[in-house]
Amino acid sequence: MGENMIDIYIMGEHHRVPDSLTILQALEYAGYRLIRGVGCRGGFCGACATVYRIAGDYRLKFALACQTKVEPNMQLAMIPYFPAHQPRYRLSELKGTAQEVLNIYPEMLTCYGCNTCTKSCPQEIDVLGYVSAIIRGDIPLAADISFDCIMCGLCVSRCPAELVKHHAALLCRRIYGKFLAPRSEHLKQRIQEVKSGKFTAAIAELKNMPPEELKKVYANRDIEPEE
Amino acid sequence: MAYPSPLNELATRVAQTRPERLKQSFPRLNAEEKNKLLHEYHPDYRADTFSTLRVGPNAGDRTPRELAILLEGESLLKETSLSINQPDYDCDVLVIGGGGAGCAAALIADDLGAKVIVATKLRLGDANTMMAQGGIQAADKDNDSPALHYLDVLGGGHFANIPELVETLVTDAPEAIQWLEDLGVMFDKNPDGSMKTIHGGGTSRKRMHTARDYTGAEIMRTLRDELKSRPQITVLEFSPAIELLTDSNGTVTGAVLLNLNLSGNALSPNYHYTIVRAKTVVIATGGSGRLHYQGFPTSNHYGATGDGLVLAYRAGARLAFIDTMQYHPTGVAYPQQIIGQLVTEKVRSLGAQLLNVDGQQFIFPLETRDVVASAIIRECQKGKGVVTPGNISGVWLDTPMIEILRGPGTVKRELPAMVRQFARFGIELDKEPILVYPTLHYQNGGVAIDPDCRTNVPFLFVAGEASGGVHGRNRLMGNSLLDVIVFGRRAGNAAAQTARTRTANLELTLKHLEKWDQELQKNNLAPVTKSPLILPDYTKKEV
Repeated sequence: MGENMIDIYIMGEHHRVPDSLTILQALEYAGYRLIRGVGCRGGFCGACATVYRIAGDYRLKFALACQTKVEPNMQLAMIPYFPAHQPRYRLSELKGTAQEVLNIYPEMLTCYGCNTCTKSCPQEIDVLGYVSAIIRGDIPLAADISFDCIMCGLCVSRCPAELVKHHAALLCRRIYGKFLAPRSEHLKQRIQEVKSGKFTAAIAELKNMPPEELKKVYANRDIEPEE
Repeated sequence: MAYPSPLNELATRVAQTRPERLKQSFPRLNAEEKNKLLHEYHPDYRADTFSTLRVGPNAGDRTPRELAILLEGESLLKETSLSINQPDYDCDVLVIGGGGAGCAAALIADDLGAKVIVATKLRLGDANTMMAQGGIQAADKDNDSPALHYLDVLGGGHFANIPELVETLVTDAPEAIQWLEDLGVMFDKNPDGSMKTIHGGGTSRKRMHTARDYTGAEIMRTLRDELKSRPQITVLEFSPAIELLTDSNGTVTGAVLLNLNLSGNALSPNYHYTIVRAKTVVIATGGSGRLHYQGFPTSNHYGATGDGLVLAYRAGARLAFIDTMQYHPTGVAYPQQIIGQLVTEKVRSLGAQLLNVDGQQFIFPLETRDVVASAIIRECQKGKGVVTPGNISGVWLDTPMIEILRGPGTVKRELPAMVRQFARFGIELDKEPILVYPTLHYQNGGVAIDPDCRTNVPFLFVAGEASGGVHGRNRLMGNSLLDVIVFGRRAGNAAAQTARTRTANLELTLKHLEKWDQELQKNNLAPVTKSPLILPDYTKKEV
C-alpha cells in the first residue's frame, strides 16, 4: 500500500510525511524525539497543544497533536508550556461560595466576551459559557460545562483579558464536588460499618477457605441483574 | 457513514442483527471453558515471547523478553564520574512518580508533617491515571459488601492474588472514595446524593463509581491541584529517577534523577543529574505498556516504560507476577491514527455487545478482561474478524445498542470523551459500531509489597501499578484507580512514619550497583542495553 506523502512545515522547516499520520506521529516521523509536547497520546492530558495554520490562510487553528491528522501545507508549532497564573488556595479552608472563586480569580470579571477562548478549545468546550457562569456565580453550571477540560491552556494563551480560566474552572469543579454536590449517605454508613468490623469475619472466612471451595463460592455467587 | 467500503457494508450487517440481539444474552463461560480459552489464546501463554531471568532476586522466573532485557540491563551511570556525596536535596520522603499513587502518597506524607519531594519523568499528572476512563470500584451500596468485592477481585485474578493485599484494597475502598470526594472529585450522583454505580467486567454488584468517562482525569487533576496548593512540597518535573542510592548496608537512602530539560542536545550533550537524599523512598512509577510486549499497541502513557521495576530490582527488591500482563480487550483497531488507544470498558458496562464479521456475538461482553481479549483474538485467528484498510483484524463493538437499551442521548452523556475521540475521525459512536482489538493495557505484577507498601529492601516502598500482588494474574476494571488511591495513601503514611525512625545525614553510595555488576559478570552476562528506558523512541516509526 503506497503512502500518500504531503508537505508540512514544523516550526518553519519543511518535511514530507504520510498523510495518514497524526501531528504527533508526523513530528516523530520527521525525526523529533519528543520530551515536551507529548503525554498520554490519548487525548486526556493536554500536553500536546498545537497551533497551526494552513499556508495561504491567515487564521490560526488549534488542536491536540495526538488526536489530529496532518493536512497538506500545515505550518505548526507546539506550545509545550504556558506560564499561566495559579494562585495558591487550600480547598479545605474555603466555604464553597461563588464569591470565593471571584476573590481568588478577580480578573474573571474583566472578560469582554470576545469568545476567542471557545474558538481555541480543542475539546470544543463552551469556554465563554462557563466563564459567564462563574461571573454570574453559578458554580454548578461552570463545573458542568467545563467538565471535559484537559487543561491544555490554549484558551488562556489566546485570551486578550489574560484570564486563567481553566484553573478557575478546576476550582469550580472542586468546590462543587466538595461542598455543593449532595452527600452520599450510603458511603458514610459503609465507612462506619467497615470501622466497626462488620465485614471482618466474612472476609476472614473467605481468606481461610480451601481453594477449591472458594472457587465454588465464586462460581455460584449471585450477580446483580442489569436492570 | 464514515467507513470506507467494504467496512461500510460489513457495518450494515451489524445493524441487521441488532433487533434479534436485543433479545439475546450470550451465556457466561464456566471455569473450565475460561481456562481453555485463556491457555489457547491469551498472550501470557505464548511461551516463545518470554525469557527466564538469570540474575537478581527473581532469577529463574519468567517475564516478557522486552522486560527481561531491561531488568538485566546496565546502569545508565556506568562509566560516569558522578559525585553523589553532595545531595542537591534532602527530604524525609522522596516519591518517584507523579501519577495517582505518587500524588496520593505525597499528600498523605505531607499531612503527617514529612518533608516531601515528588520527582516525575514528565509533568506532574502525566500518568496512566489520567487516562483511566471506566471508573473506580468500592463496595458502598446496601446490597454490596467488601467481602463480595474481595471475592470478585480474587476470582478475576484467578485466585493467585495475595489475600492480605486484596483485603486491604476492598476494606479501604469506601474511605478512599470519601477522601477523593473531600478533595473535590465530582463523582456521578443521583439527586439524593447516592452514587451512580454500574457493573464492570467480573463484578457481582454494580460498584463502579464514575465521573462521566473522565474518571481518572477528574481524579488526577484534582490531586495535582491539591498538591500544587501545598508550597511546602517540592515537585521536580522532567526528572525521572535513573538509579536508587543506598548505604553500606544496602538500605535505600535516596535516588539519582536525570534532568531531561538540561541534559541533552547536539551542542551540549551533558547529562545533568540531581541527587536527592531521602529517609524513605516511594516508587510509584506505574506500568510498562510502552515496552510493547509481543509487538502489541498500547493504551498507556508515553512514559510507561517500567523504570521503577528496573531501579528496585537492582537494589534487591523482589518482583511478583511479572509473567502476566493485561491486554485490554477493546483497543481501537480503526481508524489507524489512534490504533491501540483505549475504548473504555464502560461501553460494555452500558450494554454494547461484541460481534464478529457476521454480526454475531461470540462472548458475554462482561467476562473478565483476559477472557474477553482471548475471545477476540480467537475470533480473529479463526478468520471471523473484520479486516481494516490498515490490514489488521478487529471485531465490532456495537455502540448504537446503548442508545436502544438506555435511551437516545445516553452515549453522548455517558461517553463524552469517546464521542469526541471518534468524531474527530468522522465516526458517530451513537449511530455506528466501532472496530476494536486487544491492546497492551496493564502490568498485573510488579514489586512485591505488604499491605503498608513495604518491600524486602529496607526504607523502600512501592505503590500502584509498579507493585505486584493485589490483582493476581488479572486486574478487574475499576480496581486500578482504587489501587493507586488506597495503596498510594498507605505508602505515604508508612513512608512518613518510617522516616521518623531514621537519622539525618544518611550515607549515599552506589554500592548496590557494584554488587549488581559482579552478579552479571558471575553469570557471564553481557547486558544487551542500558536501563531504565525512560522514554520509547518512535522516530521514523508509526505506533
